[in-house]
Amino acid sequence: MTQEYDVIVIGAGVVGSMVARFLSKYKLNILLIEKESDIGMGTSSANSAAVHAGYNAVPGSNKAILNSKALDMWPQLSEELGIPYERCGDYVIAVNEKNLAVLENLMERGRKNGIPGMELISGEEMRRREPLIRPDTIGALWAPTGGISDPFTATVAAAENAVMNGVTVMLNTAFEDFLMEGNTITGVSTSQGDFSCRWVVNAAGLFADEVMHKAGVRPEFVIRPRRGEYLILDKADFQLTQNTILFPTPSSKGKGILVASTLHGNVIVGPNANFVDDKMDKDMTREGTEEIWSGGKKLVPSVNRKHIIAEFAGLRATGNAPTPNPEIDYQQDFIIDIPSEVQGLVNLGGIESPGFTASPAIAVRVIELLKSAGEDLIEKSDWNPIRQAPPVFRHLDKHQQAELVAKEPAYGRIVCRCEMITEGEILAAIHSPIPATTYDAIKRRTWLGTGRCQGGFDMPRVVNILSEELGIPPEEVTKKGDSSPLLYRRTKDVQQDHIVVEDLI
Amino acid sequence: MKSNYDVIVIGSGPGGLAAAIAAKENGADDVLIIERDIELGGILLQCIHNGFGLQLFNEDMPGPTYAQYYIDKVKDHGVETLMDTMVLDISPQREVFAINKDLGYLDLQAKAIVLAMGCRERTRAQILLPGARPAGVYTAGTAQRFVNVEGHMPGNKFVILGSGDIGMIMARRLTIEGAQVERVLEILPYLSGLTRNYVQCLLDYGIPLQKHRTVNRIIGRDRVEAIEAVTVDEKWQPVPGTKEIIPCDTLLLSVGLIPENELSKKAGVLLDPITNGPFVDDRFMTNVPGIFAAGNVVQVYDLVDWVTEAGFTAGKGAAQFALAEKLETGEEIPLKAGENIRYVVPHKLDKNHLAEEQVRLQMRAITPIEERVLVTVEDQNGEVVAKKGEPYARPGEIITLAIKPKAYEAVQKATSLTVNVRKR
Amino acid sequence: MAEISEIICVTCPKGCTLRVKHEGKKVLEVLDGCKRGEEYAICELQDPRRMVASTVRVDGGLHPLVPVYTKKAFPKHLIPELARSLRKVEIPAPVKINQVVLADALGTGIDVVASRDMPVRY
Repeated sequence: MTQEYDVIVIGAGVVGSMVARFLSKYKLNILLIEKESDIGMGTSSANSAAVHAGYNAVPGSNKAILNSKALDMWPQLSEELGIPYERCGDYVIAVNEKNLAVLENLMERGRKNGIPGMELISGEEMRRREPLIRPDTIGALWAPTGGISDPFTATVAAAENAVMNGVTVMLNTAFEDFLMEGNTITGVSTSQGDFSCRWVVNAAGLFADEVMHKAGVRPEFVIRPRRGEYLILDKADFQLTQNTILFPTPSSKGKGILVASTLHGNVIVGPNANFVDDKMDKDMTREGTEEIWSGGKKLVPSVNRKHIIAEFAGLRATGNAPTPNPEIDYQQDFIIDIPSEVQGLVNLGGIESPGFTASPAIAVRVIELLKSAGEDLIEKSDWNPIRQAPPVFRHLDKHQQAELVAKEPAYGRIVCRCEMITEGEILAAIHSPIPATTYDAIKRRTWLGTGRCQGGFDMPRVVNILSEELGIPPEEVTKKGDSSPLLYRRTKDVQQDHIVVEDLI
Repeated sequence: MKSNYDVIVIGSGPGGLAAAIAAKENGADDVLIIERDIELGGILLQCIHNGFGLQLFNEDMPGPTYAQYYIDKVKDHGVETLMDTMVLDISPQREVFAINKDLGYLDLQAKAIVLAMGCRERTRAQILLPGARPAGVYTAGTAQRFVNVEGHMPGNKFVILGSGDIGMIMARRLTIEGAQVERVLEILPYLSGLTRNYVQCLLDYGIPLQKHRTVNRIIGRDRVEAIEAVTVDEKWQPVPGTKEIIPCDTLLLSVGLIPENELSKKAGVLLDPITNGPFVDDRFMTNVPGIFAAGNVVQVYDLVDWVTEAGFTAGKGAAQFALAEKLETGEEIPLKAGENIRYVVPHKLDKNHLAEEQVRLQMRAITPIEERVLVTVEDQNGEVVAKKGEPYARPGEIITLAIKPKAYEAVQKATSLTVNVRKR
Repeated sequence: MAEISEIICVTCPKGCTLRVKHEGKKVLEVLDGCKRGEEYAICELQDPRRMVASTVRVDGGLHPLVPVYTKKAFPKHLIPELARSLRKVEIPAPVKINQVVLADALGTGIDVVASRDMPVRY
């Protein structure tokens, strides 16, 4: 047995990171393990970045209760952790009578969920607020509690704050099995060795079913990923009139293909929702792209293909968990409980939308569960809830920029031209509490390489910086971990070549 | 370092270098080049192949050699240079805001500006290429930078999408440095780049080219493992039964260049949606007084010699503007794209200009004509003021035609000029 | 035995396909194209040459490689050997433009020279 912990959290997505962060308030020895080369590489970095208004989930479900609680937490949390967050409100668009009936339903749900300020507005009013909306809009649901955030930063911020408060984070550490004595969990075995603990929190996202099955919990619960594809538009070419999220009327498939602003300044179109067999299948598809584009264009007819600069897909951890309340006619809900089959597991499963939204409330619920199971949680006197975000050069005014460069010259060197990301920010990411050691890790933290040239200009420079800062040859710099090297060899290092010149006549 | 300049040139590729030299030679005293890389030369520094200088010097030089000739001239002329410096913003009043490690935030005022920022490459996302997003997908220019300047091979087994010149040249380059280029795929039914490159880069090295073919999807989650090639019809839709998996570890994209005009937009410069570059007159001044543009930032050139010429014109105009605070022009008439012409640059002609010197037009055809053609510049009545015979018209090869001073009289009567290319 | 082969001429951008009647390496007749095309066909059959550009390693320079090129068109069949030879070359910075990096390459009498200056890394 190596290290002894009180709590081990499996999975450093936004949920696992929030759990670790809120748990770090207490006198506990906490380990957060993550199988990838960086935190937040799963669903947390491929979603709509929405902090949902709270009218969507069925009243009484975990989703509804925790979405609502989280809304109360987001304003303060975003300040404490330096997470971009804007409560800009969102709209659900109706284009016929059937749609309007659904909107009435959503209003009612919202009321039951305790969501304030919702209104049904006319088509005319909708067009006044957003002239770009489809001209056949006959009404809309306005939900002022809806908002947008930055899930990459949220994950990083929560995890960094956890580290600041004593949590150990281990990357490239894959959960393999539980260590048990009888039916009591005594630890976990991982790809990096065994660790003992009294509690395990299963925040493994897409793999939560596989984790819980290792403890014999809910063998019938299976996660079948539903892929959502997205397209991003050039911020210089297309903007909505105001920051918001535009939803179509929802269907049984889900919230539908939306058109939304992001806090990075772009407009995002998507997602669709199609089952895939492989938990790592984040491929973009021809049909999927057409599907989301057609959905986006229906909502906002003036979107133009020429303005697409980025494409990505995310996977929802869609499980087949029944709702805890049998009277609720609803297919799936969050699993958040302490199972009775084993001792020492807080089990989270099926955390899809509104997972990101609810993440801080999920963390608080985990703590409540631990307390209810008899854990005597003693608060640390020196817990620091504040995580100072590193400087973001492009958000500063001229004077602040000049001051920053004078203090730290690396901020005077722009590496990503399209998004104006500086060498200083890249260095800060590499030397942060959870170091960014791959190109994508730097991309998630700094937003570099996400603009119209998609890394064409910055990549050679980032390779050099990573090589120098990590003390590794450029050929060992990776995109997202060991199996994704960016380069192959030095130009002149070759034994065998394949040069054959042909006679043309 | 001053804070006021007569002319500030943004970019030190062939367009910027020529503009700075011409600005000095035409009376501007304080001329500054701002370059984002650590040395002057722009994209030429990575274009190590021959083919530069054929028109202007009757010599066949590599890109860096061509660049060095003008870099030396820039130094001789006493042009100031700021390297490793990024221009953040320019205003219509010609303020230039830049940032640099040593000098920090720079707030400069120019009497005239020459935009010479060149192009960026079209990306995978812009062609909506399906499949996974692994390491190993590069645009050809980024790969060229790695191989020729940084000293790294981005992979070992390549497939190249696009038969444009950059793609073909990289096919040869990679082969010379010991890699395997499996295939070049071209979605169009014809070659995108020069035949010369097809012969000397692909045929010479036995690298197969397939037309009507494209990448259907990229395979490989972490690093490219293969691409699935497919044949397409005239609507670029995949033809069933034509898929082929080609194992490889790198995909290079050579699918087009886009003039990089983000700064231009910030200064209120209007862009032609067909060229993606600024509307310019025959002195390469944009719609914003005192802001000029030269080179690939205006349109994607295929011969660097014409970029240099455009740079000279823009630099001269910038100097004149800086000294007089305006540009003396006569009546300006539009230059329009006529029959089978996609665009023509410049967009406007100053009737008086022909009294001093010729005006060179650059244009591209829409549909290829593989027979002898006649390119004409006609006035509103169909009177031909300039014409030129060419052996063919291909969209991938710019047609250049100079309106000579002898056309001065004919042009005086014109209210507009239209460029056409027709079968002879 | 006379045979007819096809070749794409690249002396001018037209890129004509020429039909060449030849016996082994002896050209009997060039059936299409112009005078320059005829000269090109003969050259291609008997002694095809190309301008070759590559890079060589630099020790202590601003960049690890300096671009180089053959001063004259190089015998095509020797290009693979040339590439291998250049891989072995390493020169110290500073490098001057036109500096010879490989003299009389492979005994052809053709020098390979630097395409640009390469200063010492600061």
